[in-house]
Amino acid sequence: MERNRTPESNSALIGFRLDPRTGVPAYRQLVDQVRHAVRLGVLRPGDQLPSVREVVTQISINPNTVHRAYRELEVAGLAEGRPGLGTFVLAPATPPITAEHQSELHGELDRWVRRAHAAGVDDEGIQALVALSLRQDDEASLSDASTERAVR
Amino acid sequence: MTETVTALETSGLGKRYGRTWGLQDCSFQLPQGRVAALVGPNGSGKSTLLRMASGLTRPTAGEIRVLGSSPQHQTVDVLKKVGYLDQERPVYKTLRVEEMLRFGRSLNPGWDDQSARRYLAELDIPLRSRVGKLSTGQQAQVALTLCLAKRPELLLLDEPVAALDPLARQRLMQVLLGSVVDDGTTVLVSSHALSDLEVVCDYVIILSASHVQLADDLGHVLATHRLLVGPRRDASTLPEHVQVVAGTHTDRQSSWLVRAGQPVTDPSLDVLEPTLEEVVVAYLRDQADPGLANAGTRFAHGKSREGAPTNNEEVGAR
Repeated sequence: MERNRTPESNSALIGFRLDPRTGVPAYRQLVDQVRHAVRLGVLRPGDQLPSVREVVTQISINPNTVHRAYRELEVAGLAEGRPGLGTFVLAPATPPITAEHQSELHGELDRWVRRAHAAGVDDEGIQALVALSLRQDDEASLSDASTERAVR
Repeated sequence: MTETVTALETSGLGKRYGRTWGLQDCSFQLPQGRVAALVGPNGSGKSTLLRMASGLTRPTAGEIRVLGSSPQHQTVDVLKKVGYLDQERPVYKTLRVEEMLRFGRSLNPGWDDQSARRYLAELDIPLRSRVGKLSTGQQAQVALTLCLAKRPELLLLDEPVAALDPLARQRLMQVLLGSVVDDGTTVLVSSHALSDLEVVCDYVIILSASHVQLADDLGHVLATHRLLVGPRRDASTLPEHVQVVAGTHTDRQSSWLVRAGQPVTDPSLDVLEPTLEEVVVAYLRDQADPGLANAGTRFAHGKSREGAPTNNEEVGAR
C-alpha cells in the first residue's frame, strides 16, 4: 500500500488491502495476499508477518479476522506462530518464481495480453485461453512421462 | 479471547419514556472480547440501551448486567470498567487538550496518561490547542482518547463516526482497534455506516421498533443467511428448512432474504451470500411491513455462540 497513512511508522514487510466489492471474506483476502507475496518472493522464509496490531490499525479490520487468517496460513504450512514473537513465513512447498523469470515471463505475458485485447479478445476470453493452455500442458507432460516409461 | 464472563447481558430489559417504550423486552448476551455493531433505525432504542449500560439511565423493566455487575446497584464498580462516548461527544470547548487530560487523570484512578499522550501524538493533535478550535474529527478523536485512557473493559460508543470525514473516520477506527488488540477491550458501537462495520465487527445486534431482532456472531449470521432470487412464486413453496426474513416481489421475480440451516439446492433459485447491509435491511424491512414475511419466522433474541463459526455450519452458495 503505497498510500498507506497510518498514524504509526510502519515497519511491516507487506501491507494488506481489502476489496469489499469482491465478496471474498476478509480473512481469505489476507491469506491470498500472503500466498501471492510468498509466490512472488516478496516474502521469504523467516520473514515476520505484520503483527495483528499493525494490520488492524492499517486497514481497520477486526483483530479476530487477522488471527483467523494467520491460523489458516499455519494450518496450510505456510507460516508458523512463535509464542510471544509473532508469525513467521515458512519455506513454501513450491519455490517462488525467480526475479529473472518473473520479469521475463511477466513482460512476455504483458505483450501477449495487449495483443489479445487488440484482437478483440476480452478478459474472460483470455482466462479461457490461459486455462486451455494450462490443461494442454498438463496433458502433454503426462504423455511425455508415459512415453519415457515406455521407452525404458 | 476469554468468554467466561459476558461483557453485557440483558434480560427483558425495557425503558419507558412517559407512555412510549424506548426499548422493550430486550434480551441478549455480548461475550467479552468482541467488537459488536449495534444497528437499527433512528429511534429504535440504540442510545437508550447504551445509556442504560453505562449507568446513566435506569431501566423501567428487566435486568442489565455489565461485566457481571448491575449498573444501578454497583454503580462505582461499573463506572470504573466502562467507557461511554455519547453521540454529542461532550468536550469542554474552552479547555486545552492537556487540561482535559489533567481533568481525566484526577477523576479516574486507573488513568493511563502515557497512552493518551501517545494516541494524541499519533493523531497529530497538539496538547496546547483549545478543544473548541479543533476540527469535528479531532474533537471526536480527543473524546475517544479520553475514553480509552480510562482503560475500560467495555467501551460503549454511540455513533462515533457520524459527521466525520473518511480520513478522520479511519483514524478513529485505527485508535479504537489498536486498543482492542492491546487491552482486549469489548466494544459495543452503534452506527449507520454498515459497510465500515462489516470488517470491523465480529458480532451484531439488530434493534428495530424497540425490540432486539437479532444478536449473534457476525460470521455465523453471514454463514446462515442467504439471498434467494427466482421467478415469482409464493414463499410457501420455498424449501421447508428455509425461514423467510423478508421478501420483495416484482411481476416476474421474487427475492427473499432467508435464514437457512443447510444448503439451499432448489435449482430454480439463485442462491447468493448476503452482505451485512442486506441482512440488516431485511430485518428492518420485516419490522416495517410484517405482511411481507411469514409470521413467526423471525429470529428474535438469538443466543450468543462461542468462537467463530465452523465451516460445516456454512450454507453452500453459488
